[in-house]
Amino acid sequence: MAPHLFQSGQPFPSERHHTAMAIEVRIPTILRTYTDGAKQVEGSGDSLGSLLTDLDERHNGLKGRLVTTEGNLHRFVNVYVNDEDVRFLGGLDTPLKDGDAVTVLPAVAGG
Amino acid sequence: MIEQVLAHARRDHPDECCGIVTGSGGEPVRLVEMTNADRSPTGFTFDPAEQLTVWREMDDRDEDLLVVYHSHTMTEAYPSRTDVRWSANTPGAHWLLVSTRDETDEVRSYTIAEDGTITEEDVQVTEAHVTEVDSTD
Repeated sequence: MAPHLFQSGQPFPSERHHTAMAIEVRIPTILRTYTDGAKQVEGSGDSLGSLLTDLDERHNGLKGRLVTTEGNLHRFVNVYVNDEDVRFLGGLDTPLKDGDAVTVLPAVAGG
Repeated sequence: MIEQVLAHARRDHPDECCGIVTGSGGEPVRLVEMTNADRSPTGFTFDPAEQLTVWREMDDRDEDLLVVYHSHTMTEAYPSRTDVRWSANTPGAHWLLVSTRDETDEVRSYTIAEDGTITEEDVQVTEAHVTEVDSTD
């Protein structure tokens, strides 16, 4: 029913926005300096790696905190796609689709 | 809470134990024992899946991370270089360490600044807070 409503008029701006950038990303406190304090940002990409590249265009430096210079996910962070640890899903190659939810947490460890 | 940390440390010995105390307004709220994914006598890593669950709970309850605790099984209760490095991920949290290397309980607490400066804190203060929480039970 909802799509029918949009057929005659202009699409809602929020709907367009949703289509273009449909992946929600939760940002932990220590990385919010890259997101102007935002707890949650949106991005797009068909894999976690491409999502992070997309995010980095608007939140410069964020990718560098999550990905090593060798191109692997940093061990100082945990990244989850729909609550699954991406280490078990394919790391940066983890496929993403519209509506997926990505959560980033700082790992807690010591010796 | 200190008793619970010690019991956890003794139970997991010879591996290191780890966990947190959540806080609200700087006061302790609850202690959560975490699974050491490393299951190692020389290191710990919070189990990532469990951490997500606990962090989400904290978010829902408006709690923050007050204390990160873990045990040292062969050395004194003093932050290792690895601890100092990782503490950058938990700004503002107190690092409580327990040593299980011998029979005597050794519990010490620290703040670790961004530049790596370690400042020991009086654990008595922590115990006073714990008493307050216990009294609400």
